[in-house]
Amino acid sequence: MFPREFEYVAPSSLDEALGTLASNPGAKVMSGGMSLIPMMKLRLFSPELVVDIARIGGLDGIEDRGDHIAIGALVRHETTAASPLVQQHAAALASAAAWTGDRQVRARGTTCGALAHADIAADQPAAALALGATMVAASSGGTRDIAAADFFVDTLTSALEPNEILTEVRIPKSSGSAYDKLGRRGGHTDYAVAGAAAAVTMSDGTVSSAGVALTGVGTKPTIAAGSVEAIVGTDGSAEAIAGAVARATEGVTVLEDLYGSAEYKAHLAGVYVGRALEQAIAATG
Amino acid sequence: MSTTSALGGVVRRREDPALIQGKGLFVDDVNLHGMLHVAFVRSPFAHAKITSVDTAAAQAMRGVRAVYTADDVRHLGLLPAQAAAVGRPLLADGEVNHMGEAVAMIVAETRAQAQDAVDAVEADYDRLPVVIDLKEALANTNLVHEGVESNTLITWTAPFGMEEDGLNELRAKIDGYKAQDDVVVVSLEMVNQRLIPVAIEPRSVVAEWHAGYQQMTVHSSSQSIGAVASSVAIMLGIPYNQVRGIAPEVGGGFGAKLALYADELLIPWAARELDTPVKYTETRREAASNTIQGRGWLGTATITGTRDGQVLSYEIDAICDLGAYCQDLTVAIPFLGVFVGSGQYAFDTRMQLDCVVTNKQTTDAYRGAGRPEAIYYIERIMDAYSREIGMDPAEVKMKNFIPSESFPGATSPVGFAMDTGDYAMNLQAMLDSPEYGAMKLARDELRSDGKLVGLGMSTYVEACGFGPSALVDLGFSWSGYGQPSAFNGSGLVRVNPDGTANVIIGTGPSGQGHQTTWAQIVSNELGIEMDKIRVTHGDTKDAPVTIGTFGSRSAAVDGSATFEASRKVREKAARIAADLLEASEADIQFADGGAHVAGSPDKRVEWAAIAEVAYQPHRMPGGEEGGLEAHAIFSPGNATWPFGSVACLVTVDPDTGDVSIEDWVSMDDCGNVINPMIVDGQIHGGIAQGVGQALFEEAIYDDEGNLLTAGLIDYPMVTAVDVPSFNLSRTTTPTDVNPMGVKGIGEAGTIGAAQTLVNAVVDALAPLGVKHVDMPMRPRRVWQAIQDAKASA
Repeated sequence: MFPREFEYVAPSSLDEALGTLASNPGAKVMSGGMSLIPMMKLRLFSPELVVDIARIGGLDGIEDRGDHIAIGALVRHETTAASPLVQQHAAALASAAAWTGDRQVRARGTTCGALAHADIAADQPAAALALGATMVAASSGGTRDIAAADFFVDTLTSALEPNEILTEVRIPKSSGSAYDKLGRRGGHTDYAVAGAAAAVTMSDGTVSSAGVALTGVGTKPTIAAGSVEAIVGTDGSAEAIAGAVARATEGVTVLEDLYGSAEYKAHLAGVYVGRALEQAIAATG
Repeated sequence: MSTTSALGGVVRRREDPALIQGKGLFVDDVNLHGMLHVAFVRSPFAHAKITSVDTAAAQAMRGVRAVYTADDVRHLGLLPAQAAAVGRPLLADGEVNHMGEAVAMIVAETRAQAQDAVDAVEADYDRLPVVIDLKEALANTNLVHEGVESNTLITWTAPFGMEEDGLNELRAKIDGYKAQDDVVVVSLEMVNQRLIPVAIEPRSVVAEWHAGYQQMTVHSSSQSIGAVASSVAIMLGIPYNQVRGIAPEVGGGFGAKLALYADELLIPWAARELDTPVKYTETRREAASNTIQGRGWLGTATITGTRDGQVLSYEIDAICDLGAYCQDLTVAIPFLGVFVGSGQYAFDTRMQLDCVVTNKQTTDAYRGAGRPEAIYYIERIMDAYSREIGMDPAEVKMKNFIPSESFPGATSPVGFAMDTGDYAMNLQAMLDSPEYGAMKLARDELRSDGKLVGLGMSTYVEACGFGPSALVDLGFSWSGYGQPSAFNGSGLVRVNPDGTANVIIGTGPSGQGHQTTWAQIVSNELGIEMDKIRVTHGDTKDAPVTIGTFGSRSAAVDGSATFEASRKVREKAARIAADLLEASEADIQFADGGAHVAGSPDKRVEWAAIAEVAYQPHRMPGGEEGGLEAHAIFSPGNATWPFGSVACLVTVDPDTGDVSIEDWVSMDDCGNVINPMIVDGQIHGGIAQGVGQALFEEAIYDDEGNLLTAGLIDYPMVTAVDVPSFNLSRTTTPTDVNPMGVKGIGEAGTIGAAQTLVNAVVDALAPLGVKHVDMPMRPRRVWQAIQDAKASA
């Protein structure tokens, strides 16, 4: 539980941090450190240089930008969870942040950090996927936008380049979103055995658009494309939701782990797609 | 129902301000000048021959001062273990027998350097077949230890002391019951899984050798620092009085910090070799894989009884997992299950516990230690039997309890004399409690709402408060002190010249609140204010000889010794006060910081005035010896036998298998209570650990013997959010084996908990046809049970 030797810098500006990353290919960005430090202590990951972005000003805000809200790189889970803006316009993310880790982790870890870490069983990536979030990645060469659907590449692998910092996540406002999960100790505790997020827009009694995403069941947080296809265009009734539930793991490789067989996890994916959709649709009313 | 005794006051724990502000002193806080740090090279395999260990590259690394292997420490011998046991080499000697076994020891200037050098040691292995499955271990399909002919090291049977002929007669008698018309035989194979005891403070050892004085100081996060010090003395060849053992604050033990560990010998040995202080603090992963584990039974329990609830016999045949090696108490833990094997009941009981070695970490005491396992089996199968015959489990219990008239001194069907008990009274008190009534109403309401809801119940009896010292004759030994003894309690009480008091004890807390409880005992006896009483524990320099904190024994045994030492001091002080007040000794009473004459509160002397005389011996009445202190040794005539009744209400999510505990009622009886708040706290923590076993926790080894749960990411330890607010009540049946009438409460919560929860879940799922769900009842297992029941319906 002791990391290998590494260098540590804590730049005070974004430019300085990006410059350091540009000139040190072996560097790793740290915000709250709630995932990175345990991995380093277990020697599962040994970066040569840790670039701590915690002292950079201006990255700790949640802003209302009209059609979306923007959450900065240093916004803690507990801040995301308690934000009236997030609760009103991105309820799935507020729940996901509230059920991330334990109180200590939520007080220190960041929403953007959890997204960038891309854990297969983390909560907030599913919410970001369902809500159609956009990731803003900065490097010394400028910034680029990455759609959530393109962001989660594989287990613990995001689309971020080693020289990039996820400075902000932008969440389109949604009046109907929800996240639900089964935690490893039951209820909403701990990592997700399986969980699902849903975001729906209703127009004239019809689901005009929807996002549905899963966590905990495969190699990465992923869109449940079959469920999306099934629910869009319907009236969002229980019968329609059942159709989405039936297609929850379509195209998704479900993996077993200590907490569930593939059969059980596939079943849970359906259960939570159903619960998330039901709550999301109810919220639009 | 009463919750008070002469000592029954709620007093806030005096130790908490330091502990909750992070200002307590733990072993890892000890930092000595020039201190070196240790890391261990550990086996990646569960069973293998070690073909070579190349330490050259590690030796040459920056900061590395020494690398030791078995060749360096073989002369020290094996870790002490009991007869029939297989002891552990201090470092693996030619063979590794579980994943994580220490193969080499690095000593370096910093902890990080030591860890870096671990990666540089080249060890080669030839893998051997592994023994993981308990039935395969019992069948000797493969052997764990070359030269040990059977994996079964010992078989405990009950009734205790019955020879094979008697057991065969009992078998025939039970077969006779089974052949009777109109009897029901209910049998279940059930797992009581391996657990990882998780203390908030990992184990830590710091040793300092004072070469000029040939003295050793060893700090260890131990429940039994006296045994650590004496074992260091014996194995390193240092006189006992030249070794000082210190256990400062101990951050949780639960039994796992009780038996002696190899590092508790290796660290002092290295400190002497290098003539420099040395520290080792285990990592959280090492705490999971290399500190002992608990439980690990696979057993079949069988009840034979009539259709109207009269049980004729109970049988259990179980395989108990010892792990790769035996520590001090490893083989004795299942035997503790024999103590309570027949529970609170009067029917014929036959037990056979085959204790097998496996290629897993050693098992040893974990909160309850053998007793939660034994009570789990009997209470689960009693519940299954009640369900089978369609009777209320409480009614079945009432029919089969050992009757209250048999106490004190009832002999249990497994052959142990018990102190005091009134099981029907205790269960009736729970059934009559408003909390239990509310629980039944809530169950009916939830059920009518269509919820999957269950109410489960268990009663329990425990044997704890060890001594008596005659346990030695039953096969319990204690490696420390160089002799199989010291199964007693001790306490030293001194009133100082200023009227303050020091209490020095050999047992110490790992969360139990000794600082508060012992001050209460002495304050109650001497009338000295709590804040003038200093309690010192965990330092063998001062402490009287005793064996430590385990088996819910501190208050009952060492507390009794302190009580008796206080009484000796009081008797002497009464003689002095009588002389000063010109009154009769019999009329002297102690309260509010002094002594007064009964009925005349203003005829009074302060403790300082009494002490002044005691420390000026020429003023002592009747030429009595000066000083005002006393030491007492207490050896109880028997263990104590707490008991209780527990019920809980659960709901089950039929779609996910997720179990929620809606309500909990416990009616415990631990005899007289010294501090009700501390007793409640012990029950809270105890229940939580039982809930952890019932719902989530399991040390999982794969087929190759890899521990898959070697960290808190993969070992879902129970937390405060996983348990409801408990409704706790008590009945009071004082023991007759010690002067305070206290029985011990450290383990009762755990012993009563797990099967209560399983019984509740089975109650919820019974309408679907489910008869049993093995622990841990993780959602997927409960869901699977529902699916299987649906499929076979």
